[in-house]
Order: sequence, then structure tokens, then C-alpha cells
Amino acid sequence: MFEANTLAVVFVSLMGLSILLYAVLDGFDLGVGIMLPLDNKDNADTMIASIGPFWDANETWLVLAIGLLLIAFPAAHSYIFKELYLPTAVLLISLVLRGIAFDFRAKAAFSHKPTWDKVFKVGSLIAALSQGYMLGMYIMGFENTLAAYCFSLLSAFGVAAAYSYIAACWLIMKTEGELQIQAVAWAKKSGLICFVGVISVSLVNPLINPDVYAKWFSWPNTVMILPLPLTCFALFIFSHIKLKQLPKVNDKDCWHPFAAAVVIFALCFFGLTFSFLPYIVPNKLTIWETAAAPESLSFILWGTITVVPVIFCYTAFSYRVFWGKVRELRYH
Amino acid sequence: MLETLMLSRIQFAANISFHILFPTITIALSWFLFYFKLRFDQTGEPVWMRAYRFWVKIFALTFAIGVVTGITMSFQFGTNWPKFMETVGNIAGPLLGYEVLTAFFLEAGFLGIMLFGMNRVSARVHTLSTLIVAIGTSLSAFWILALNSWMQTPQGHEMRDGVAFPVDWLAIIFNPSFPYRLSHMLIASGLTAAFLVAGISAYRLLKGDDKKAPKLTLKIALTVAALLTPLQIFLGDIHGLNTLEHQPQKIAAMEGIWHTEKGAPLLLFALPDEEQKTNHFEVAIPKMASFILTHDLNGEIKGLNEFEGDHPPVAPVFFAFRIMVGLGMLMFIVSWLGCFKLWRKNQLPPWLLKVLVAMSFSGWLATLAGWYVTEIGRQPWLVTGILTIKDAATDIAPENVGITLIMYLILYVVVMVAYLHTLFTMAGRAVEIEEISEDEQVKTVVNMFNKTVKG
Repeated sequence: MFEANTLAVVFVSLMGLSILLYAVLDGFDLGVGIMLPLDNKDNADTMIASIGPFWDANETWLVLAIGLLLIAFPAAHSYIFKELYLPTAVLLISLVLRGIAFDFRAKAAFSHKPTWDKVFKVGSLIAALSQGYMLGMYIMGFENTLAAYCFSLLSAFGVAAAYSYIAACWLIMKTEGELQIQAVAWAKKSGLICFVGVISVSLVNPLINPDVYAKWFSWPNTVMILPLPLTCFALFIFSHIKLKQLPKVNDKDCWHPFAAAVVIFALCFFGLTFSFLPYIVPNKLTIWETAAAPESLSFILWGTITVVPVIFCYTAFSYRVFWGKVRELRYH
Repeated sequence: MLETLMLSRIQFAANISFHILFPTITIALSWFLFYFKLRFDQTGEPVWMRAYRFWVKIFALTFAIGVVTGITMSFQFGTNWPKFMETVGNIAGPLLGYEVLTAFFLEAGFLGIMLFGMNRVSARVHTLSTLIVAIGTSLSAFWILALNSWMQTPQGHEMRDGVAFPVDWLAIIFNPSFPYRLSHMLIASGLTAAFLVAGISAYRLLKGDDKKAPKLTLKIALTVAALLTPLQIFLGDIHGLNTLEHQPQKIAAMEGIWHTEKGAPLLLFALPDEEQKTNHFEVAIPKMASFILTHDLNGEIKGLNEFEGDHPPVAPVFFAFRIMVGLGMLMFIVSWLGCFKLWRKNQLPPWLLKVLVAMSFSGWLATLAGWYVTEIGRQPWLVTGILTIKDAATDIAPENVGITLIMYLILYVVVMVAYLHTLFTMAGRAVEIEEISEDEQVKTVVNMFNKTVKG
């Protein structure tokens, strides 16, 4: 049996990990959807093939993240999603549409394929936008002000750009030839937008939120946390330089931009959680106030400790099986 | 204007009804696929691979719809039924959590290898991946039915200040109705998949497909259906006895028994009248209900009068039950007739093939009808004796619930039309392709060198 406070910390960390993994993993597959070319069938097929074996499992991290919020912090779950009721419905419907489009495009009557490609692209874009919008509203503490809506819109485009960026980096790693060159161009463009987005959220967040300001700009916090934005900044520059050199002979370093993007995602995520913890609903509810009963959390924690490492193992196995450049993807 | 409560109920019913259709197929279809793959590994007969290839595509499509429509559920518990999690979240949360951890990741993790990895991993690893996906789908049924059964017949908890706290997890999971409900649902899934496989195979045969695969899958599906239908009828019976013990008001509604009586008749048809508390136009077999439920022709069955104000609405439960049982009987007759014909003549007459095509989705109807019996039959409770539906509802504005409901309904119509259309397009396409093509020859576990590949 664990102590209640320990459990709250453990579960908020687990939830954070799932959200981060979701953002990275479904991030690149939503991003691939956003950038799907409608006028180049071969490239579209290759891009889809690069995410084919993974997308089901990637979305499971969202179910786990939301599940953990529901299980461990039920009051926060109901507070947050009641506030975000309509955007949540939009998110869910777009996820359903893009998920089924993925399968229908390969299996429906051939004449319907272009339609399903459009559904896949638009569904992915709306899913990313609504996630960004929800993130923005969350950061703004679900205020019903014009400023909050504007910020949320900015955040919506920021997240869509971030997903496109990580997807472009993913494609640089997984593809070759003309598509790879195209992906480098996409990565440069979306990386820039993403960089501007990160900077503006980082500036706006402390300015509108006094508690966040106090956290970031107080001695010795500032010094402790300073490496985070600095590393993030450095990685953007590193990635920018790398992208200018790619693709190289023998496809050397093709994985560098993707690795950099993953770390950037992680750093931004840590920055956000640092801003808000121990609040799980900004300025309103803390993790201690909303945690479920210790006997329940202990029961699920034992399972988590045993099962999650196994999940990591077979997820890694699956990525290993499909390692390297994309080959034609076919149902056997 | 409908209230939030009613709209929430319709929305939840719509979401979960639509969602459950797809897992109902995939839970059992994954075991069919495992069997096909295993037989291929053992015999090297290309026809098994042909069957696997065709059905794995339908599996992938169905599974994907199941995954994405299921995400909706994880949001709705909190948004539309906040009091549900506040009151019994300590029980429901971990059960849902274990479903995600042990089942969802398992199936989604190995699905990629199962669908696309045949040429990247050894035959054994591929067959193993298929098996793991099948285990994953069944595990998810295990956890979600544990939770649902606990909501029907809760035990192993204690109430403190109106909130349920777990005391004994084994008692919570293995609550009184769980073994019955789980096996009833797993067999329902088996029948749903069997009739889908039989229906689509029959469709291909009717379209002039003279390859071996559809004949083989038709035979397997009919055999499975013929074996499972009697088992399901038996399980349904003991599940009913269990319900009589723990939720007698549900049985009273299912049987349309308004007043406690000895030697209650079995109503084949009636129009229950909630206001006058009686039935019209009864067609009945005397004393049969008592006989089935108490195994005594004059056994006493409690009527709805004993549960004034605490029993479910009668008509929906009564009719849904008859639809389920009627379909079950039809499945029994058709599957046995089909097996008999196959045994005598080794093929089915066209009219029976047409019947099978018409019954492709009979499993869906029967499963939904069964769920309506058990879920509406639990009303007015959400968790029996602990929380009513009314108390669990959200305070979101009815407009928001209404708008999202309309969005979901439109989405579901689109998805359903596309799904059915695609299924039959795929079946039609399969009719036209060759028996086996060169590039499809893949490695098996047995040595293929001295076998002739039929082409």
C-alpha cells in the first residue's frame, strides 16, 4: 500500500509520460496526415505506409492518458472535459474519420480512394487543431475571454505546425529520394513556424498567468530551469543546420532531425508541466485534491509497474520489425 | 426540448451501441484468423493463406473502427456521467485501467506485425502475433464485462460517505453475474463472427466464386455456428437463472409478468401496457415461464408489483428479449440445416446461401438486443442499489449535448454505409482474382520444397 500523496505524484507522472508519448507518436502520424499530398499518389502511399503498422498503438496512448486522468483524478477529468465539451467532440469525430479513412482508402472501391485521402488529411488537420485549441484553453484556465480564444487559436496552429514538423522529420528518416527531399523542405518550413509558436507560447504564458511568472522568474528557480529553454533553443538551431545539409551521402544522419524534434517536444512538455504543477486544473484544482482513493490507485499501480515495461518492450519490438526505409505496405 | 439527462442517455446509448458492433466481430474473428494461420503453418495448403489474407483485411477495417469509436467512451464517462466516476470511480477506474494496459496495448501493439509484418518476421512469430492479438481482444472483453457485471451485481466494496471503496478485488471482478455475462458475450461474439464469415462467403459463392477459400470458410463458419448456438442457448438459460436470483425485477420485465404468480405462462408475444399494468394480445404457452425459470411447472415467479417504482420500463426489455431469443433460434435452425446440407451434398442450395447473406449481421442485432435487455433491465439504476441514472447525469447545457449527439449520429450513419459498402466491395473483388498468385507464396513452418503449390 502506498501513501496517498506519493500515489498522486506517481500517477500524474505516468499520465504526463503517456501524454508526451502520445504527442510524439500520434504527433508524427497526425502530421503525416496533415501533409498528405492529394496530387501525388505514390508519395501519399509511401507516407501512409510509414505510419501504417503503428497508428493504432499510437492512439492507444491517448486512451491511456485520458484513462489515467479518469482513474486517478476523476474530478479533474470531469472538470476539464465539461469545459472542453464541444472541442472534445470535434476532436473525437475527426479522430474517427481519419482512423477509418486510413483503412477505407486501401479497401474501398478504387474510385473512392481520393475522397478517403481528403478525409484523412482534413481529419488529421482538425484533430491536431482541436488538440491545440484544447491545450490553449487549458493554459488559459478555461476563461471565456477574447484573449483566451485568440491564444487558443494561436495554440491550435502551433500544435498543428509542431505535428507537421515532427512528421516531416519522421519522413526524412523513413523515406528516400524525391520524397525525402520534399520532407526536408517541409521540415524547414514547419520547424520555423513551430519555433515561432514555442517562443510566443513561452512569452504569453507567464505574462498572462502571474503564478507561472512567479515560478519561472524567481531565484533560484530561474537558474535551475534556464537550461530547459536554452537546450530547446539550441536544438532548433541544430536541427536547422542539419536540415540544410540533408540528405547526405549514404543517408548519414537522417535520424538527427527526428531525434531533435522528440527532445524539443519533451522539453516543451516539461516546461508546461513545470508551469502548472501541482495544479491539474490551472489555478483551481491540485493533484492532491482530485486524486482517487489510495486503495484503488495502489491496485492499478501494481499492474502498471508490471505491464508498462512489457508494453515498452513489444512496442520497441514492433518498431524494430519495421525499422529502416519504408517498403511497400501490403496486407499479406 | 429534451432534457440533458435524456439526451445524455441517447448519446451514450448511441455511442456504445455503435462501438460494440465492431469489437463483437473482432473478438471472435481474431480467433478464426489464428485458426486459419495455424492450419496454414501445419499443412502448407495455400487455401488457408487465401482465407487468412481475405479475412485479415476485414479484421483490420473492423478493428480500426472499433478503436476509434472506443476513444469516445473514455471521454464520455467523465463528461456525461460525472457522478458515476465520483461515486464508483474507485472501482470502475482500475478495471478500465487494466483494460487499457493489458488489452488495448497488447492488441494494438501486435496488430501492426499481424497485418503488415508477414514478410519481416518468421512464420512462427507472425502466427504468435495473431494469437496475441486474439488474446488481447478477449482480455478487453474480460475487463469491460467485469465492470459491467459489477454495475449489475455489485459486491466486494464498502460505502463511505456515499462513495464506493474497494475491499476485495477478487470479489469485485468475479461478482455473481460476471462468469455468465462474460461467457454469454464471448459466445455472442463467436456467433456474430461466424454468421459474418458465413454470409460473406455465401455472397462470394452466389457471385460465382468457384475458388476453394469461400467454400472452406463457409463450412468452418457453419460448423462453429452449429456448435455455438446450442451452447449459447444453454448459457442464456443459466444466465437467466442467475438474473432471477440477483435482479428479479429484470426477469419480471423480460417475461412481462405484472403480478406474482405460480405457474406463469411463457409469453411468445404480447403488448405490455405500463399504465394498466397488464398485457394485450397475449400468445402464451401455459406454465412454461415457471418451468424454465424454476424448473417446476407451478413455481412462483415474482411479478413487477413487488418492485413498485423500482423496476425497468417493461416494453423495451420485453421486446428486446424476444428479438434476441428469436434470432438465436433462427441461427440455430439455419446453422444446423446448413451443416446437414453440407454433410449430405457438400454444397448449399442457392436459397440457403441467400438466407445466409441476409443473416450476415444477425449477430449484431441479437447482441444489441441482448445488451438492451440487460442495460435497460437495470433501470432505474446505473449501479444496482448504489447510484441511479438520474443522479449520475451531467449539468452540461442540453444544447451542447444535443449538438454533439447530432454530430455523432451523422458520423455513425456515414461510417456504417461506408463499412457495409466496402465489405461487399471487397467480397466482390475477391471473386475476380485468381486462386493464388505468384507473389503471395510465403514461408510456412513446414517445409514447402517438396509440396506442389496449386495454382
